[in-house]
Amino acid sequence: MEGLSKKSAVVGGAFLIVLAILPLVMFFSGNIFLIDIFTRLVILAIAGTSLYLLLGVAGLPSFGHAAYLGLGAYAVGIPVHYATMGGAEWLASYNGWWQFFLAIFVSALFALITGAISLRTRGVHFIMITMAFSQMIFYALISLEEYGADDGLSVYASSEFPFVMLDNPLHLYGVCFGSLLLVLYIVHRLQHSPFGRVLQAAKQNETRVLASGVNPFKYRLLAYVMAGVIAGYAGALMANFSLFISPDMVEWSRSGELMFMVILGGSQHILGPLVGSSLFILLEFVLSRWTIYWHLPFGIILLLVVLFGRGGIMGMLRRDSQS
Amino acid sequence: MNKFAVALLASASLCTTAMAADDAIKVGFVTTLTTGGAVIGNDMRDAVNLALEHMDNTMGGKPVEVLFEDDGFKPATGKQATDKLIKEDDVDIVAGYIWSHVLMASYRSVLKADKVIISANAGPSAIAGKLCDPNFFSTSWQNDQTPMALGELLNARDVKSLYLMAPNYAAGKDMVAGVERTFGGEIVGKDLTKWGADAQLDFSAELAKAKASGAEGLAVFYPGKAGGAFIKQYQQAGLAESMPLYTMFTVDALSLPKLQEANMTGILGSEMSMFWSPEMDNAANQKFVAGFREKYGRYPSFYAAQSYDAMNLIKSAADALDGDFSSTSAVRFELAKANFDSIRGEFEFGNNHMPIQNFYARKVIEDADGNWTTEITKTVFEKHQDSYAATCSM
Amino acid sequence: MDTILLITQAVNGLQLGVLLFLLSAGLTLTFGIMDLINLAHASFYMLGAFFGASVAIYTGSFTLGFSAAIIGVLAVAWIIEKGIISRLYTRDHLDQLLATFGLILIADTLVHMIWGPAGLAIALPPLLQGQLTLGGVTLPSYRVLIIGVGLLVALGLYCLVNHTRTGMLIRAGASNRQMLSNLGVDVGSLFAAVFCMGAALAGIAGILITPITEASIGMGNDIIITAFVVVIIGGIGSIKGAFIAAIIIGMIDTFGRAFLDQLFMTVMPAETAETAAPAVSAMLIYILMAVILSLRPAGLFPPKLR
Repeated sequence: MEGLSKKSAVVGGAFLIVLAILPLVMFFSGNIFLIDIFTRLVILAIAGTSLYLLLGVAGLPSFGHAAYLGLGAYAVGIPVHYATMGGAEWLASYNGWWQFFLAIFVSALFALITGAISLRTRGVHFIMITMAFSQMIFYALISLEEYGADDGLSVYASSEFPFVMLDNPLHLYGVCFGSLLLVLYIVHRLQHSPFGRVLQAAKQNETRVLASGVNPFKYRLLAYVMAGVIAGYAGALMANFSLFISPDMVEWSRSGELMFMVILGGSQHILGPLVGSSLFILLEFVLSRWTIYWHLPFGIILLLVVLFGRGGIMGMLRRDSQS
Repeated sequence: MNKFAVALLASASLCTTAMAADDAIKVGFVTTLTTGGAVIGNDMRDAVNLALEHMDNTMGGKPVEVLFEDDGFKPATGKQATDKLIKEDDVDIVAGYIWSHVLMASYRSVLKADKVIISANAGPSAIAGKLCDPNFFSTSWQNDQTPMALGELLNARDVKSLYLMAPNYAAGKDMVAGVERTFGGEIVGKDLTKWGADAQLDFSAELAKAKASGAEGLAVFYPGKAGGAFIKQYQQAGLAESMPLYTMFTVDALSLPKLQEANMTGILGSEMSMFWSPEMDNAANQKFVAGFREKYGRYPSFYAAQSYDAMNLIKSAADALDGDFSSTSAVRFELAKANFDSIRGEFEFGNNHMPIQNFYARKVIEDADGNWTTEITKTVFEKHQDSYAATCSM
Repeated sequence: MDTILLITQAVNGLQLGVLLFLLSAGLTLTFGIMDLINLAHASFYMLGAFFGASVAIYTGSFTLGFSAAIIGVLAVAWIIEKGIISRLYTRDHLDQLLATFGLILIADTLVHMIWGPAGLAIALPPLLQGQLTLGGVTLPSYRVLIIGVGLLVALGLYCLVNHTRTGMLIRAGASNRQMLSNLGVDVGSLFAAVFCMGAALAGIAGILITPITEASIGMGNDIIITAFVVVIIGGIGSIKGAFIAAIIIGMIDTFGRAFLDQLFMTVMPAETAETAAPAVSAMLIYILMAVILSLRPAGLFPPKLR
């Protein structure tokens, strides 16, 4: 991470600038669908960046990160559901502060409990136990008849905030993009704080960290909770974006996709998830229009990236500049 | 660096794709073209293409362009496909939708844009009742109607006790509710099983329960590939002799050839309720079934029939308006007349724009050529309106 | 609750367990010996079903279809092992997950392109279409056959692993990989053989289930996650553990589906119970895994000495 090459920084910066300008151009040129695509991209990049904190910084391969997207989304959907249909007055509200507070609180709580258990395991067992917890959320959501169960839940109104109208695509995009910048900044600062250094040291050599009198468990748990909170926040944005939420958001293959985005972009670079989710969405967009068999080229690219593109796009750029 | 340039170029080129053929009537058609559900989606697409052929690709004097989109059997994907049709392709009207949950997730996107949406299959209770909308039409049925007809049929067949099975999603619950509404005997047990792209297909535990319940009849709703799997296990479990099977949307032109191939003779003679059957004697239906069999070499399913009707319904409005779909209220007004020759014969729309139509009992038979198909045995309901229409404020 | 229903459900649970064992046996071996997470194991299950069903339909013989499933899957597995999988052994688990996830996408789409979306249904031989009655319990004879085949395979694997030279190497590999190659064993061939054998077992599971459900696209993608749960609970690399965990999970799943709704109905409204019960019974196995992992992080029967 110290080797933030100029080239990858330039590419990452260029990505951000394009993201800032392109949707505006598209909106005023008349194709309003593309702003949807870019909003989704940015939200996924936020979730991906939170996963980077675990995967890249702390070396914790969580295979259940989609659970937080789902929790955050339902934390918006459920109060709206009650506010529209009646019932549960203490919960029902269109108020965005309340909904986003719920999203963050529930995610933090879930991360704290499951993290305390999961972090006792290592390696593949960690992958599997995080997957198990997210599958529990998946099946829990399926069992909740009140919230549409398997059929999902329509979100009848966007979160209400002063000054910004989240039901306006441009406002929503602005909020999402601003959030992405903020999240990138926070994660960057975390990574280079003493806290981040303990995480990275523990990733490289746990024994040495233990020997120096520091117990990495607490640090890892805190990182796990922070990553959960950020992903939960992304989930709340997702609910406002799609206005429809379903247990499907939490299924294990969704967690796999998030992971794929991070690794595709590069799990050792803070802008990797952004680059990865951009390419992921772009590939999905282009390929799915080209053929209904688009999973075939998609799968082949996935395979090739893993086999030959070690370190993802950002990793390749770094190697280029070093040679 | 060049990878980035490629990405930029690709995204820039996407901006220009939206503009094309502006004088055609554009119909967006959302159905399932991947996963196991694609069997149904392909049948619907074939029927739409046949309808286009029968109308010489013209509606109200204008060429017709149908854009098919895949919902991947998932509500979220279906909604995304609908958004694309509305926002990017700027279609005049949206049709299709096999699955109730996909329709529920998608229909608000269409209404928000003040366009008309026509369901060619799904008929969830919410859209028929509380959440009904003037811009929504159906060429199929409300989910509860067919099971209500089945309940009546069971009464007529003097079934005293019943075991019910359906998948656990919007339509499955509607089906169960529908049977419960009209069936006069006792429901001794029911199971709702996992649905979706990874639906439960092994019903051993449930069939054992059904058998142990000693019910006089077994009523199930398993659309698509699950239907075939269910019927095989029903016969393998030896229930065919002791517990007659009654079905809703389970035994159709898609599953019968496969069941015949697998020699599942237990299904012959089994009864179901339905608003239509391929042998129905009206000119539109004869033309449709003959044309379909000639073009594709198989019987059309009811999904195909409804899709064929949806296209003709759109045509009726286009013809009345000379192809001018600029005013949604005018389109709506014309559609509501249902002024076309339906494959089911006469029908009209209720206040919630669900069809008011007859329901029949159909039986599985072997036709003159040795193919398995269905045949109407009796009329169960005449001009039946769904029970949610009363709660719709339109 | 009568005993006959209870026994019937126990047999159903056993059948599901046996099927899960066939799937997880290969997984646990490749996992334990090569340290490989192979999601694409699901694709061998699917391919076994499609190869078998195609041949069974073409020749009209289920036995021929069964053999074709094994041979076809062996061939595909060998090619994939040589071309792709062997490059993944030294990678970390994340890379393996993603690459094999890519393989699933490729396999699913290829099957869609070759066989179409409809899937393949096959008939059972008349001999197996009926039912067996044992002491008042009536069971579909085919399900009894599945149990038989599964138990035979389990026995065969037990003998192979515990009483042959190959088995000795496999056990050695599961406990200490490095030692094995230091001792001059041709690790490459051993890995390929184990991988192909595991794939063939998955293929057998695939063709066995086909007459009950059918061969369909992505049929393995859900059950593979359950199979991973089996492997983790049983202890990575342990055939015995996989067998016991598979039976436990088969039972939990079946009994959950069979009786949980009645249990729930005693404490909640019927409507809610009907929706909650299937989901909670599906959740049970993950809860079981989380509990076992938090108490015994290496599973129930971890191979000794790493």
